[in-house]
Amino acid sequence: MNILTVSGSPHYHAKESVSNLMYGVIFSLIPAMLVSFYFFGLPAVVITLTAIVSCMFFEFIIQKYLIKGPVTIFDGSAIITGLLLAFNVPANLPLGLMVIGSAVAIGMGKMTFGGLGKNPFNPALVGRVFLMISFPVQMTTYPQPGAFPTRFADVVTGPTPLTKLKDGIMQSRTVSEIMPELPEYGNLMLGNMGGSMGEISAIAIILGGIYMLVKKIISWHIPIAFIGSAAIFAGIFWLINPEVYPDPVFQLLSGGLMLGAIYMATDYTTSPMAPWGMIIFGVGCGLLTVIIRFFGAYPEGVAFSILIMNAFVPLINRGMKPKRFGEEVKNG
Amino acid sequence: MGGVHPPENKLAEKQSIERLDPPKTVAIPLSQHLGVPAQPVVTRGDVVKTGQLIAKGEAFISAHIHSSVSGKVKKVDAVIDASGYRKKAIIIDVEGDEWADGIDRDESLLKDFSLDPKEIMEKVHAAGVVGLGGATFPSHVKLNVPKGKTAEYLIINGVECEPCLTADHRLMLEKGEEIMVGIQLQMKALGVEKAIIGVENNKPDALSHLTRLANDYTGVSVQALEVKYPQGAEKQLIKALVNREVPAGKLPIEVGCVVHNVGTALAVYEAVQKNKPLIERVVTVSGSSVKKPSNFMVRIGTPVSELIEAAGGVPDDTGKVVNGGPMMGKALSDLSVPVTKGTSGILLFTKKETPRPAEQNCIRCARCVTICPMGLEPYLLAPLADKQRLEECEDERIMDCMECGSCLYICPSAKPLLDHIRVGKANVGKMIRERSA
Repeated sequence: MNILTVSGSPHYHAKESVSNLMYGVIFSLIPAMLVSFYFFGLPAVVITLTAIVSCMFFEFIIQKYLIKGPVTIFDGSAIITGLLLAFNVPANLPLGLMVIGSAVAIGMGKMTFGGLGKNPFNPALVGRVFLMISFPVQMTTYPQPGAFPTRFADVVTGPTPLTKLKDGIMQSRTVSEIMPELPEYGNLMLGNMGGSMGEISAIAIILGGIYMLVKKIISWHIPIAFIGSAAIFAGIFWLINPEVYPDPVFQLLSGGLMLGAIYMATDYTTSPMAPWGMIIFGVGCGLLTVIIRFFGAYPEGVAFSILIMNAFVPLINRGMKPKRFGEEVKNG
Repeated sequence: MGGVHPPENKLAEKQSIERLDPPKTVAIPLSQHLGVPAQPVVTRGDVVKTGQLIAKGEAFISAHIHSSVSGKVKKVDAVIDASGYRKKAIIIDVEGDEWADGIDRDESLLKDFSLDPKEIMEKVHAAGVVGLGGATFPSHVKLNVPKGKTAEYLIINGVECEPCLTADHRLMLEKGEEIMVGIQLQMKALGVEKAIIGVENNKPDALSHLTRLANDYTGVSVQALEVKYPQGAEKQLIKALVNREVPAGKLPIEVGCVVHNVGTALAVYEAVQKNKPLIERVVTVSGSSVKKPSNFMVRIGTPVSELIEAAGGVPDDTGKVVNGGPMMGKALSDLSVPVTKGTSGILLFTKKETPRPAEQNCIRCARCVTICPMGLEPYLLAPLADKQRLEECEDERIMDCMECGSCLYICPSAKPLLDHIRVGKANVGKMIRERSA
């Protein structure tokens, strides 16, 4: 006679798991990764591997020897943190700093709070901002793209389009004077510009985003709200004074906006739960990004704006409930 | 709003309904319906005929119970039923199959709409008809519109959104005419002009068959529905068909609707036109390893094991047997439990098919919030319920949960969300009762 299992319903479970979702995200990041390898060459490969391995290593050490709990470094989440952290640094970052950044991302950003699913702030961004504040020179010495340089010395460095623009504005030059010095929109779209490794190619990131939407790994709410609100707010300023504020298309294609909107802000753990909460979160990110870019000391504001909005997530979750069935009685 | 898409696995959808002979012994539980258990009116040694009243449901929400076989009452005793608890049942040793007087066993279609609403309701009451979709709410109570309310629509549930189950599907194909007459009788009892039959798009044959039949019946229409679970939940069905939301804690009559299952419509037809009480029902027996997935017409009280035997026996790799559908059904610990009025299916799963993956940390992916058909937040309710924070559970509307299981189904971290919520609902329900007491 068979031994029968008795348990509560449901008796089916969707063939979905945390690691499935995580590896789906990693898969969708491949185009952006290939673009960074193409433009920044071998150093980009080394940086990416260093970040991934360091993140997994620090998670292992902490889980095994500090928490003395189960080791879950292969669930994919540490790999994503490493990958996204690498995407957020220049390709010529000294490897030691990459290791330190990974330690901060995993140790301070994630494990301090209890690991997967417990962290209030996006670990990769915690790592990035830590590096940004601690090592501003190394973090803003961006290599210019050149096909397949093999040694670090080959790399020509220079500012990102956003930095050039900020510096120009600070010197009281107008947007129309600075613009010719910046890459054309086609190059911005492809990623042929100076910048952090993985954030340069809007098109590769959008491709990954579409994959995640189709596979239902993320929902449209946060990216659309983020990108849309950034475009609208930037557009308003541009309409007011196009000589000081560049047009919204430039805003969307430059810096880390696409990477932030599609990969960083959509991090499950650090974003709201209900649809309207997600939209508010996205709009907040978009608004803060534009404000920091236009009025802040830094040329780029994506990382800060997402971290600031991360802090509001518990509040948003409390205030923005999903629409309850039967709440408003509509008869028609 | 919400919903999930579990694999349909409707293996028995092409199998015609097959009538099983009465078994040697039946155990007919006294509580096969929502509400007060019926009181037995027979005792040990009594000889009963098929269709004879053996227990009376006198309370307002209760239902009569009839003998499904002819024979001698062996005893009235507690037996383990599908819930796993011991419940009182009338156990009858079967001798022949002699039917009680007055029951028309002829299969020919009868269309007699001369009875007035009260008479229809009384016949439904007398026949012990309950909702056959699974909730087993006494049907005559639903046909009696409370004072101050008016029914506008009769909604007939032919959705059968649970995977694997095919009983209603076969009934719609094979007993379509009878269902139509049953619907007309229910419309008359309720005084409604319009009836809508909702059927999911995955049953195109049933849709076209019923649509053709509906031409001959005034006020009856058939509507195709998107395939998703739980499309056939009462409130979700009303929303899909007439775009009205039943308020929390209220009944469908609040928005002018009364919902009955297609199987119930057939039972109403048989009760009113044939004087036949509810003593048998269609049960799907299915599973990927089952030799002969089938839809059986069986007498109430037949042991589940007999149905499984008729479908080819228990496969060697069976790890779980479920009474009902895979999403809301109950796992059985004992295969001798009797078929009751609410048994829609007996499903035999292999261990692989019904996994409970190891629980991981919640990653706050928000899937449970997105799919909850009631707009609740299972990720929040489950830990609140677990920590006994009952007031907060109530504020977060835990009592709206209908236990459809979508949250646990979809959760990538395999959190036992519904398990916690179920316990939370019981505790909050107790708290509410104590408060009003």
